[in-house]
Amino acid sequence: MAQKIRVLVAKPGLDGHDRGAKVIAAALRDAGMEVIYTGLHQTPEMVVEAALQEDVDVIGLSILSGAHMTVFPRVMSLLNEKGLDNVLLTGGGIIPQKDMDALERMGVGKLFGPGTPTTEIIEYIRSSVAH
Amino acid sequence: MSKSVGASCKPKGMRLKIESKRKERQFNTISGEPVKDIYTPKDVGELDYDRDLGQPGKFPYTRGVYDTMYRGQLWTMRQFSGFASAKESNERYHYLLNHGQTGLSVAFDMPTIMGYDSDHPRSQGEVGRCGVAISSLADMEVLFDGIPLDKVSTSMTINGPAAMLWAFYICVGEKQGVPSRELRGTIQNDILKEYIAQKSWIFPPQPSMRIITDIMAYAADHVPKWNTISISGYHIREAGSTAAQELAFTLADGFAYVEAGMAAGMDVDVFAPRLSFFFNSHLDFFEEIAKYRAARRIWAKRMKEKYKAKDPRSLLMRFHTQTAGCSLTAQQPENNIVRTAFEALAAVLGGTQSLHTNSMDETHALPSAKAAKIALRTQQIIAYESGAANTIDPLAGSYFVESLTNKLEAQAEEYFEKIEALGGVVKAIEKGFFQREIANAAYRYQKNIEESKQIIVGVNDFVEGDESIDIPILSIDSEIEEEQVKRVKKLKSERDNGAVKATLEELRRAAESTDNVIPCILNATRAYATLGEICDVLRGVFGLYREPPIF
Repeated sequence: MAQKIRVLVAKPGLDGHDRGAKVIAAALRDAGMEVIYTGLHQTPEMVVEAALQEDVDVIGLSILSGAHMTVFPRVMSLLNEKGLDNVLLTGGGIIPQKDMDALERMGVGKLFGPGTPTTEIIEYIRSSVAH
Repeated sequence: MSKSVGASCKPKGMRLKIESKRKERQFNTISGEPVKDIYTPKDVGELDYDRDLGQPGKFPYTRGVYDTMYRGQLWTMRQFSGFASAKESNERYHYLLNHGQTGLSVAFDMPTIMGYDSDHPRSQGEVGRCGVAISSLADMEVLFDGIPLDKVSTSMTINGPAAMLWAFYICVGEKQGVPSRELRGTIQNDILKEYIAQKSWIFPPQPSMRIITDIMAYAADHVPKWNTISISGYHIREAGSTAAQELAFTLADGFAYVEAGMAAGMDVDVFAPRLSFFFNSHLDFFEEIAKYRAARRIWAKRMKEKYKAKDPRSLLMRFHTQTAGCSLTAQQPENNIVRTAFEALAAVLGGTQSLHTNSMDETHALPSAKAAKIALRTQQIIAYESGAANTIDPLAGSYFVESLTNKLEAQAEEYFEKIEALGGVVKAIEKGFFQREIANAAYRYQKNIEESKQIIVGVNDFVEGDESIDIPILSIDSEIEEEQVKRVKKLKSERDNGAVKATLEELRRAAESTDNVIPCILNATRAYATLGEICDVLRGVFGLYREPPIF
């Protein structure tokens, strides 16, 4: 049996809307992944530290506060600093399409908006993480 | 003609697909409660008009809190808004007031909501993003520039630092020459639902409840027209709860505030008339209407029978409603106008006192001016064109609606017993009871959508491939943050810092004692102490709350 994919689901920033993060965490768990949920109000430093400690394959950031253009690049550069550039950085929330495009151009993985079936996210993670 | 439409527009494959989804369709409410094919007198067999419904404005207020309801006065059309800096938000308020809005409702940005100044490191990237940035009285003066506070009523969605933003507002009133006795409005100030659902807290539950009772006491003496807590189910529902959970958890929170006020030595009739409520209006039309009717009845009965309230105003559940943000879709966003209209109509038929209708673009960004205007127009169409406001509680006596109302009341009572058994609301929060119930309901709902048991138009059915969004999307300039940070730094260097230090020290002493902290917060505000500074003093005394992450 293949090793389980390890995913860190994180809520960076000050916003407390954790419905999406929790639903995704439960769906990934039910899809057979190992899920670590950080809880709320994480700084980018805390997220990357947790990713390092937990040796994850994937980080999923949930952001509904509009801070995505600050948080994603910051997590990205911290990952590079720590030599974690093999970790897939993905996420979702209230993120306008043009910002999603800009972040993807910076090297962030696919980002998902409201209404995305969890199966689509599970598929994306499975196909992106080669074990 | 119809034959050619059927033949040319609907390929056979697509029709089969839709039929197969419809075959699996379940006749449940959106909360998952089964609905029968027909309701008859048997379903409301023991309904007694005077005991269970009563005339509008009469106990138990099932039909409405006022005798004339919308015949006397329409609901307040109160659109929640705030973004970027105080100056931009002030312009939006003038715009909305000029288009017939009748009350203001302020949305703050996340740093303000969490009690941080705009120049705090944790505020980076979040200043002015999902609401307006307010770090001190100076920002508040700009926010209400040219808006006479004796003429408008203002609702502020603020909880952890509710006391501080309220103090800022009272001081703007002082500057305008409006005495605090004349101020009308609401602070949300519902910290219990923050621990349960919205998750924007600062201090632990016990000191938070103490600040709330300080606010209730101060308001009773000095700001008597102010609604001191808006006990909110909205966020509980948005976090994924069912209608019954929204109803039960919100009312349980309300009773917890009543008990806290009484435990602090106040007569229930001193503070209860200023408690108000805030509910969600989701898509299930009849379930929502029944929820509001049940809420009024439960509140009135308990306030009278359990808490022995004598003043009739203590028995009235007055509430604001906002349509369900979580029901809106990113796909085919124009459809959200229609969803919002149905939800708003349910709120009106349920007897709401004020209403916010969401804008179609909120799954993408904050509302553009045009989307916000359509949302307001939706309310005006309901009020002036639909006829829904012509008579009071028009669905009373419907076998279905009365049966649903009774059922929701019974479900709420069951939850009250469970919460009681756990040791009350605060204990149940500490045990993660509400959080788990809501997370489970949210996951069930998502699964129902993915299994097409719940159809969402444009999401899991009637999907358009290659859809492109062609509505304008509001973007917040990142220079807003830089300018706001400069403003706060400038204020901190130019004010009388001796006075700031002295007033903050007074506040610390009051917080450590059992004195009311509100007069000290007002003095610090007048000296232009910032939100972050005031909260830091209290963080030092009360500590911070941390939640165990569960999913």
